[in-house]
Amino acid sequence: MIWPIASAELLPLFSYLYELLESTGLPQPWLAVVVYTFLAALVFGVLSLLALFLVWWERKIAAHIQQRFGPMRHGWHGWYQTIMDAVKLLQKEDIRVATRDKTVFFWAPVVCFVAAFLAYVTIPFGEGLIVADLNIGILYIMAVTTFTVISLLMAGWGSNNKYALLGGMRSAAQVVSYEVPMVASILVVVLFVGSLSMVDIVQAQAGGIWNWYIFRLPYGPIAFCTYIIAATAEANRTPFDIPEAEQELVAGFNVEYSGMKFAMFFLAEFVNAFTVSAIAVILFFGGWHGALLPSWMWFLGKTFGIVLLLMLFRWTYPRLRVDQLMEFSWKFLVPVTFANIIIAAWFKYAGWYW
Amino acid sequence: MLEVDGGIVFWILSFVILVSGFMVVSLKNVFHCALALVLCLFTVAGLYILLDAEFLAAAQVLIYVGSVAILLIFEVMLTSKLADKRITQSNDQALVGFFICTLFAVAAYLLIKFNTIWYPLAKSALPSDNILTIGKYLMTEFMLPFEVVSILLVAALIGAIALARTEKS
Repeated sequence: MIWPIASAELLPLFSYLYELLESTGLPQPWLAVVVYTFLAALVFGVLSLLALFLVWWERKIAAHIQQRFGPMRHGWHGWYQTIMDAVKLLQKEDIRVATRDKTVFFWAPVVCFVAAFLAYVTIPFGEGLIVADLNIGILYIMAVTTFTVISLLMAGWGSNNKYALLGGMRSAAQVVSYEVPMVASILVVVLFVGSLSMVDIVQAQAGGIWNWYIFRLPYGPIAFCTYIIAATAEANRTPFDIPEAEQELVAGFNVEYSGMKFAMFFLAEFVNAFTVSAIAVILFFGGWHGALLPSWMWFLGKTFGIVLLLMLFRWTYPRLRVDQLMEFSWKFLVPVTFANIIIAAWFKYAGWYW
Repeated sequence: MLEVDGGIVFWILSFVILVSGFMVVSLKNVFHCALALVLCLFTVAGLYILLDAEFLAAAQVLIYVGSVAILLIFEVMLTSKLADKRITQSNDQALVGFFICTLFAVAAYLLIKFNTIWYPLAKSALPSDNILTIGKYLMTEFMLPFEVVSILLVAALIGAIALARTEKS
């Protein structure tokens, strides 16, 4: 059985480590374990820092939209406020409800955290900066992110609190409904590329801004709009944040969590927001392609742009009611995305390539 | 290229599948049973990956974990009173179930053992992009079964809606 590591030839740091370990005469299975662990730690570290940065950014944007300053005290415009918050949460007492379901309560934040990071196996941060270029790329991401819902249900049930339970159930209903339009809008691009691999999708958009799928395909903007709406709902963000609607459910599924367990949910939420933005960039905005600057900078820059869009949604739109939410998904988004697929298939069949 | 011995991975996965499968039928709390089912289905997807069937693995996780298991958990939560932990699983028919399952396992084993012709397959003979192959076959040779399954699913969907719909007076 041979498991190739795609980036062994691509990522300089990675192949350097690989050669270094190989020269020590480490046997093959252990070599794989060490290299994969190192890679996982690297991705984990980078993403945790990104998530901390996004928390600060969100607070600043929210503050400026509401004509406040937001965090100002720690560093320039409070840039290390979230690091201090993380340190504080680490030290806090871990309060556990006596009537909780012990195992489920413990594992819910773990599953949520792991599920949030699993998607990054197939996300290319730049040219060659990918852990493994699976040929089921985007499908893999769709599959592993469903564990987030399970973790929310676990948190809701394990807390033994009716608000938490309602939050978990709302989240499940919402994510199951919005997964349909989300996958359907992704399909439009996949249909055009003819591959599910993330690297193939990005490489199909090489050669200038007019080759990005949002501009290149006449139905691209529609697909992007439906994707970003469904993605906002998948990431449980306002205007689709009924799972944690503060005014109705206190804090929703994570109401009973405190300290580090709460921090895990919180970080996972921001990692998820980054994931859906990264997928949007890969599918519609040419991934790492761009002029002059290194590829990873382009990728991160574009992704931050989409994250900014999500944040603007959050602080400018009111929350939808439950029935409006469901009707919007099933009666509007699903027909639109399906019609879009049919149009895309017709374009592909007729050979009208823009 | 790294070479990893799939044998160890197979034994670990099989162990987890068997233990979680046993937990599904033996745990008292129905919610715990549903979660054990999620674990079981997920590790089965791991077995598919070992067999180089990535598409099947992703579909397994997407459909069984992502939809079926979530709806199952949803139903567990909706039945009885909210958050009632007293709903327990009954194992009244354990003996009959055990008998039927053993019979099925033996039958499956015998069928596979004596009725399957095994081809030794070189690694290079496998299609490198098996999704492409699956797609092509679904659209050409297996078009009819594919459509029949689709119609069946649509019928089930409409039937479910018709059953659940409340008549407006």
